Amino acid sequence: MSTATTTESKELAPVSAESLAALLIAKERPPRPSALSASLTFGWRAILKIKHVPEQLFDVTAFPIMMVLMYTYLFGGALAGSPKEYIQFLLPGILVMSVVMITMYTGVSVNTDIEKGVFDRFRSLPIWRPSTMVGYLLGDALRYAIASVVMLTVGMILGYRPDGGFVGVVLGVALLIVFSFAFSWIWTMFGLMLRTEKSVMGVSMMVIFPLTFLSNVFVDPRTMPGWLQAFVNNSPVTHLASAVRELMAGEWPAAEIAWSLGWSALFVLIFGPITMRLYNRK
Amino acid sequence: MSAQTSGLAIETAGLVKTFGETRAVDGVDLAVPTGTVYGVLGPNGAGKTTTVKMLATLLRPDGGEAHVFGHDVVREADEVRGRVSLTGQYASVDEDLTGTENLVLLARLLGHDKRAARHRAEQLLEAFGLSEAAGKQVKHYSGGMRRRIDIAASILNTPDLLFLDEPTTGLDPRSRNQVWDIVRAVVAQGTTVLLTTQYLDEADQLASRIAVIDHGKVIAEGTKGELKASVGAGSVHLRLRDAAQRPQAEEVLRRALDADVQRDPDPVALTARVGAGSANGQGAAEAAARALAELARTGITVDNFSLGQPSLDEVFLALTGHDTKAHDSKVVDTKDEAAA
Repeated sequence: MSTATTTESKELAPVSAESLAALLIAKERPPRPSALSASLTFGWRAILKIKHVPEQLFDVTAFPIMMVLMYTYLFGGALAGSPKEYIQFLLPGILVMSVVMITMYTGVSVNTDIEKGVFDRFRSLPIWRPSTMVGYLLGDALRYAIASVVMLTVGMILGYRPDGGFVGVVLGVALLIVFSFAFSWIWTMFGLMLRTEKSVMGVSMMVIFPLTFLSNVFVDPRTMPGWLQAFVNNSPVTHLASAVRELMAGEWPAAEIAWSLGWSALFVLIFGPITMRLYNRK
Repeated sequence: MSAQTSGLAIETAGLVKTFGETRAVDGVDLAVPTGTVYGVLGPNGAGKTTTVKMLATLLRPDGGEAHVFGHDVVREADEVRGRVSLTGQYASVDEDLTGTENLVLLARLLGHDKRAARHRAEQLLEAFGLSEAAGKQVKHYSGGMRRRIDIAASILNTPDLLFLDEPTTGLDPRSRNQVWDIVRAVVAQGTTVLLTTQYLDEADQLASRIAVIDHGKVIAEGTKGELKASVGAGSVHLRLRDAAQRPQAEEVLRRALDADVQRDPDPVALTARVGAGSANGQGAAEAAARALAELARTGITVDNFSLGQPSLDEVFLALTGHDTKAHDSKVVDTKDEAAA
């Protein structure tokens, strides 16, 4: 397809040696960009990619809608008497589950992107080294926000009414995005460590499925066997789901928020440096 | 600083890079003077790209030292990055973005504010004749256009040292000439260029000094004249009308050129290396003219006669005793390991 639209070099305008020389004479260099500015520029790159290939928003629009509809009607009647009752409990949890699942695409895009020649250029620039990776995650944060808005809209249509109002919902989504940003460093690591897109997907599934399903997203853990409760009650996804659920219900779950942020910090501190080590060696 | 005063842009000593069992770069010593084009000539898999990647701080050397403008490429990588630009073998721009977006992105990363970045991008696209394609995604660009946008991206800030890794591989002759013009314009403004190439004529056109590299080692280094003198000025290729006259023609050529004559697989063709030991092609051309006259006098009908520059194959044959084909099987290995 790309060959059909390739512009022939024969129509190419000539290179202007004079204007080139004039451009090259300017030897002054602007000061180097700050870490924040470089990261935001890479975030802009991620947004430009979405602009050129809008289909890649499919996973943050269609997939979350499917998740809400599927689980609300599948479990609603059995677990809470009716889907409308159940969605009050489920929506914040399914929101957390879907967004955490979506984070794994970060690893896939890092893996396919890193082999391209442009990375050689990025890595030869005098910039704050992690900014390339942070840029990815900033672009992804936008995707998580889109997914959240889509799911909340569908939830509201199905009858979800958050007692926390607008502020509660925004706080809940903000916490979710912070956590997902931090959690994504696991995927940047795998994206750089594993050789193929398929193996990244495979490993991601192995991590994501147990981590999200073995949580309090669907049901109260009290009916689970003791050993499973021990895992579920300490899972970062459970802490996050409880925090988001209560924030959206208008409460202030200080302990759960602290746990969620603590896990986030831990993810960045462990997987950030490993990612950068792999990135520098690539 | 010492390298600065001694006028060297690049100085390496015993540079080594290994990928598993393969010694991709095996003790390379280079001294590249500031303000010149330095050619690194070698076949695929010789270690050219690996050398460039170490100098551009993309790969850590496993042994030896390398300084760029006096800065160690490992310990002072950031200083080096501030002064060099890299145009890789494969387009070092983002294919999903448009020409303008690529240049603005990189200009922003170099510290230009939004307006300055946009302005610089426009100017460069204009100078490179890419204004019309500015809004198209780079994946839709032709080979020549890709090279242009790639080089444009490398001179957003005028670099002190520009790495051009096989800038014309895969280009048609016309686009190739245009890339050469760009390189000349860049050097004229004082930028040092390290050019890797598989083509002797490219090194000949642009470089003032050339290092020939094979199996990760520098096997010859010098000015163009010195290198040619060691290789020979070129080859005479001869096609006869009548295959029966070949033994006779072979004898005439051997006498007239005082050189080895080879029978090609084609029964009417002969090849002779000429001018070994002379520092320029002049002597070779005269010898070839004499040989042609001699052939005519003996009554041998010649359909086609050409005096060519030594090809890379011939340079390699002369310098190493083996041809470049032997490397082709190795290429795959080194690339795979570099990617791993």
